[in-house]
Amino acid sequence: MLGFLKNPVVITAEINMNLMALIVMGLISRLWGLSYPRAVVFDEVYYGQFVSLYMKRIFFVDDSGPPFGHMLLALGGYLGGFDGNFLWNRIGAEYSMNVPVWSLRLLPALAGALCVPLAYQILVELQFSHCAALGAALLILLENSLITQSRFMLLESILIFFILLAVLSYLKFYNLQRHSSFSGSWWFWLLLTGVACSCAVGVKYMGLFTYMLLLAVAGLHFWHMIGDQNLSNVSLMCHFLARGLALIIIPVAMYLSFFYVHLTLLYRSGPHDQIMTSAFQASLEGGLARITQGQPLEVAYGSQITLRNVLGKPVQCWLHSHKNTYPIRYENGRGSSHQQQVTCYPFKDVNNWWIVKDPGMQQLVVSNPPRPVRHGHVVQLVHGITTRYLNTHDVAAPLSPHSQEVSCYIDYNISMPAQNLWRVEIVNRESDTDVWKTILSEVRFVHVNTSAVLKASGFIGASLPEWGYRQLEVVGEKLSKGYHQSMVWNVEEHRYGKSQEQKEREVELHSPTQMDISKNLSFMAKFTELQWKILTLKNEDTEHKYSSSALDWITMDTNVAYWLHPTSGAQIHLLGNVVTWTSANVAALVYMCLSLWYLIRRRRKIYDIPEDAWQLWVSAGGICVGGWAVNYLPFFLMEKTLFLYHYLPALTFQILLVPIVLQHLGDHLCRSLLLKSMFSALIVAWFSSVYLVYCTFSPVTYGEPSLSVTELKDLRWKDSWNILIRKQ
Amino acid sequence: WDETHFGKMGSYYINRTFFFDVHPPLGKMLIGLAGYLSGYDGTFPFQKPGDRYEQHNYVGMRGFCAFLGSCLVPFAYLTVLELSKSLPAALLTAFILIFDTGCITLSQYILLDPILMFFLMGAVLSMVKCNSCADRPFSASWWFWLSLTGVNLAGAMGVKFVGLFVVLLVGLNTIYDLWDLLGNLSLSLVVFGKHLLARVLCLILLPLALYTAMFAVHFTVLNKSGPGDGFFSSAFQSQLIGNNLYNVSVPEHLAYGSVVTMKNLRMAGGYLHSHWHLYPEGIGARQQQVTAYLHKDLNNLWIIKKHDSDTADLSDPSSPVEFVRHRDIIRLEHKETSRNLHSHQHEAPLTRKHFQVTGYGINGTGDSNDFWRIEVVGRKAGKLIKVLRSQVRLTHVATGCILGSSGKTLPKWGWEQVEVTCTPYLKETPNSLWNFEDHINPKLPNISLDVLKPSFAEILLESHMVMIRGNSGLKPKDNEVTSKPWHWPINYQGLRFSGVNETDYRVYLLGNPVIWWLNLVSIGLYLLMAVSTAVTLKRGVQLTSELKELSRVVLRGGGQITLGWLLHYLPFFMMGRVLYFHHYFPAMLFSSMLTGITWDTLLKFCAGFLSPSITAGKVYGGGFLALVLLIMYSFYLFHPLSYGMIGPMASDPSSPMAGLRWMDSWEF
Repeated sequence: MLGFLKNPVVITAEINMNLMALIVMGLISRLWGLSYPRAVVFDEVYYGQFVSLYMKRIFFVDDSGPPFGHMLLALGGYLGGFDGNFLWNRIGAEYSMNVPVWSLRLLPALAGALCVPLAYQILVELQFSHCAALGAALLILLENSLITQSRFMLLESILIFFILLAVLSYLKFYNLQRHSSFSGSWWFWLLLTGVACSCAVGVKYMGLFTYMLLLAVAGLHFWHMIGDQNLSNVSLMCHFLARGLALIIIPVAMYLSFFYVHLTLLYRSGPHDQIMTSAFQASLEGGLARITQGQPLEVAYGSQITLRNVLGKPVQCWLHSHKNTYPIRYENGRGSSHQQQVTCYPFKDVNNWWIVKDPGMQQLVVSNPPRPVRHGHVVQLVHGITTRYLNTHDVAAPLSPHSQEVSCYIDYNISMPAQNLWRVEIVNRESDTDVWKTILSEVRFVHVNTSAVLKASGFIGASLPEWGYRQLEVVGEKLSKGYHQSMVWNVEEHRYGKSQEQKEREVELHSPTQMDISKNLSFMAKFTELQWKILTLKNEDTEHKYSSSALDWITMDTNVAYWLHPTSGAQIHLLGNVVTWTSANVAALVYMCLSLWYLIRRRRKIYDIPEDAWQLWVSAGGICVGGWAVNYLPFFLMEKTLFLYHYLPALTFQILLVPIVLQHLGDHLCRSLLLKSMFSALIVAWFSSVYLVYCTFSPVTYGEPSLSVTELKDLRWKDSWNILIRKQ
Repeated sequence: WDETHFGKMGSYYINRTFFFDVHPPLGKMLIGLAGYLSGYDGTFPFQKPGDRYEQHNYVGMRGFCAFLGSCLVPFAYLTVLELSKSLPAALLTAFILIFDTGCITLSQYILLDPILMFFLMGAVLSMVKCNSCADRPFSASWWFWLSLTGVNLAGAMGVKFVGLFVVLLVGLNTIYDLWDLLGNLSLSLVVFGKHLLARVLCLILLPLALYTAMFAVHFTVLNKSGPGDGFFSSAFQSQLIGNNLYNVSVPEHLAYGSVVTMKNLRMAGGYLHSHWHLYPEGIGARQQQVTAYLHKDLNNLWIIKKHDSDTADLSDPSSPVEFVRHRDIIRLEHKETSRNLHSHQHEAPLTRKHFQVTGYGINGTGDSNDFWRIEVVGRKAGKLIKVLRSQVRLTHVATGCILGSSGKTLPKWGWEQVEVTCTPYLKETPNSLWNFEDHINPKLPNISLDVLKPSFAEILLESHMVMIRGNSGLKPKDNEVTSKPWHWPINYQGLRFSGVNETDYRVYLLGNPVIWWLNLVSIGLYLLMAVSTAVTLKRGVQLTSELKELSRVVLRGGGQITLGWLLHYLPFFMMGRVLYFHHYFPAMLFSSMLTGITWDTLLKFCAGFLSPSITAGKVYGGGFLALVLLIMYSFYLFHPLSYGMIGPMASDPSSPMAGLRWMDSWEF
């Protein structure tokens, strides 16, 4: 007790000046003139709209990745007091005064700046010299492409930051492993690994690659521990559980929490509503919820309903009918039934209302108490305005001749009888006696006579010709093989019908729905739906002027123009430091050749380098070459549009390899003093060329100063680079 | 079912007409050979599934496939016997393969799969045999098995590209083997070099030579023009008898007034085509469609005109011939409809960022959007343009975009022809390059095209590019319900081979569910066993010699088989093309072998656990007997699937198969 009275309280602070200097330089290089240009730069136009939507709390779906990165960007906007009022429509548009450009760009820039000291620390933890570590940090610092990418409202620098953080904390954890397992800092770094991994995955799915790499490395290290006879089975089990907790359970939980925050923040309905199911839409404020609020839950005989096709592609649409009939003969000469058209209509309309009728009874109102419709019941669907019955028969459909035509039956007193009985099958039922619920139930209508299934043909160009008012075709699908969303419908608007007379009923159909039951989805249901949509929603294959293929990246045969000054020649490009890229490639090649050489020689029991140097070489290469490979090679299998910036995480790992290879060469291959000093001189020369190239390209990295036409032409070192030159 | 496909190709070989298929030729060549030897004359049209063979002699081809299919059983038996040294394990595997309805169905018909699986199993068997000869390298039997592996690899690759996976399997095994030898310090480097050379010779050079020879035979046999011509380049077509490019001679340089066809330079690119149909409303301007069409057609003909004047018509002999030069501005008039090739800033039907290309104008009079600048790749201004040999780019003068084919298939309104667009992205790709193929101009002297004759290597390369393109072109269409890889091991859904209605004779490709689910369970059991064995060994637990032998079988033998299964299954998850249930069968072979090994070791282990008591032997024997009986009984239940059934559908409760429809997704 009271020990501090006897001895003075002493705080010893150790400050690594190297590290401090690196942080400061990183901050300067990334933050200098951050709010210039005051215009929308490249993909800011894309991420900006999400930031605005966050500010306005409007729900959106972005298929490019999970929401954590968007949230971080929005945090910047929130701190800067952005109100979300800006029209993100064009690259190069001037920002209005209410947009806090500096704070929006701050977080990515900070993340980019911190990558510099992280690189330093990683090399130190890999047990390379401070000199090598400093080299790695400086290379990252002077890499033009990384600077450009971190100075704008883009996600790559944040992703790289989390990736490097995850690698660093794993290395710290692993180095602590030997002497102090289960200590406080051991736990801290282990948990931080998991957290950083989940953040990386949360920013972009690319983070998964590094996460997998770290899991593999952890697995390998654990495999070596199994072989250690000194450890008891119990302590092995504890180690295993600790890793499982930190590297699997925590990341999953974190990932879920991102979505939880995302869904909590965004509670208003917005432009992407229609991608989601009706149930999801109803859980958002405004939009559909305003209509469906207070609808009865269970569909009963006599209910008035609108039916939405679950597929929602190419547009969402509702089962619809109108007075007009199918033409007697189509353009190509085929005949039709000439009965009333049934279509799928992409807009809300009074003609979308249908009444559920019990085939055994005549009445079209809900009895008291209501008799709910259950799975397997046979019903008739009566079109509200025309009071005709939904019908299908063995007549070829207008656009899909192999399917049956669906019509509203008109009794022409000819041989064709009405076939208007439909069996209700609830697809997502829990038991076979489930009640048909508004919004929640997904229903198939199976025609009783022909077993055809009611389907909206959801292919592009499925809209009917002039006579069908370009509405979408609805058919009875005979080959109802398997489950497809185009054959599934759900009730969106719903009310219990009260009026027996047709005139009253029309008035009733025109009036808005009333009554009250709230239907809130659980978080997990919302999460699964949103996650599924993010993964399956495919933007049309787009071609972009600056898109490139993965093979172009290694040699940097491509660039991306980010911004051009409206009048002068000032411009910003995503362009790397050529010397760094080349030396990183050379380093990777040298590493692989040397490793193969060592490996084969070791197999023949010839040891060129000491065992501990070999271990260092392997572990450093495993992280750096492995990181490069997992972040690069998968792009060859991807079919989406690719840009140069996708290569940056891989490049970061490759850059880390350069000083590793250099130090190894210096330590083990330059045997004589003369060689060593020559080697050092070469390194200095090489480093100054890196710096020179950085200076040369800094005008297109920072967008300042504006260059003249000849200067721009001089910068075009490769023919494939697209430097914008204004015509005089 | 697919017999229509491969049977037809067999007929093509017999008739020597050229065709195109996405698979390499060996399988179809063998089918054709079998048909030829058994007296089939190649006249049956193979038009649609269910057609009767009538008097045609088809038994030879079916018998050949069935024979290869039945070879699988002894192959699997020998492989497992070699790997596990246990007769019961081998017998169990054999029983599984004999009584699996899926394997039976698949090998009964004229398909590529039995041939593929034959070579695949052959390769695995000879690889395993070769490994067990490792103690006496360079002996006759060692050489025999090693070269047999190579031969089988070539065979597997030559039937379908799926054979690549077994090549990988053998490759990985060989690397492992060599690594072992390298670590063996009692071998000198010279001996190691010999080992290396032997493997390079037998596993790389020999298969490559055979594979190339296969294509050489393919191209020699098929020397008549046939339905596959349009997929290949003009140079290639000039080699086929009966093709309109064979031995023809055309005017060498392009001139104004000539009638030409233009072929897109992407692999399997089509001819620039137009017809009397308009783009439907809502898709760009309602003008005449311009597409790319793979087949020869009168609608592919275009007339080259100057942009400013109608060239004097060809019948007038007095007017001088004027040649088209590099960077000239021209107009292309469609010969049949007299409309000009036209583009404007409306979005293209499928590739929204490109501009729409249409046919516009009446009788050749249009507007300035009909002007195109013709440029030859890598040529200076003012040079003439050579037919067939010049690679040409057409730049739209008004918007600066380039005429190209996007390779996407238009929907029904465009007759499923290929989209043609004008791309504003000025990248150099074969999509936006064209060459002139036919060239009709009576006023010009013709030259022979023999100069174009491609070398064999070029032909080989081109045919591979076309095959790869064709394979990746087999994309599932929107709304089509396709088979997913995860369906396969659980036997989720079969494939209907023939017969749809109640009265038809129906054959349904579906694995024997008992066997398939047993396989599935075995994979799980095996993984559990392998992990626990590996951990036990790593922890340094002392084992009896018997257990050591067992663990070696589990890790080494089982590991090889599991690797084979993974290699033949996982890649399908990454494939974008249309997948079918039968793609799983190679993996299923591996999985069945694994089942044999797993249950054998499991029962041995249980027996060893009880070893002193008398029950040990009984547990082992009883377990095996139970498995075999289960398999045989399930075969008795499901045999109508493969041997055909008549009567009501199984969904009908009165059908004899009603009780067997265990999953709703089966449709027999």
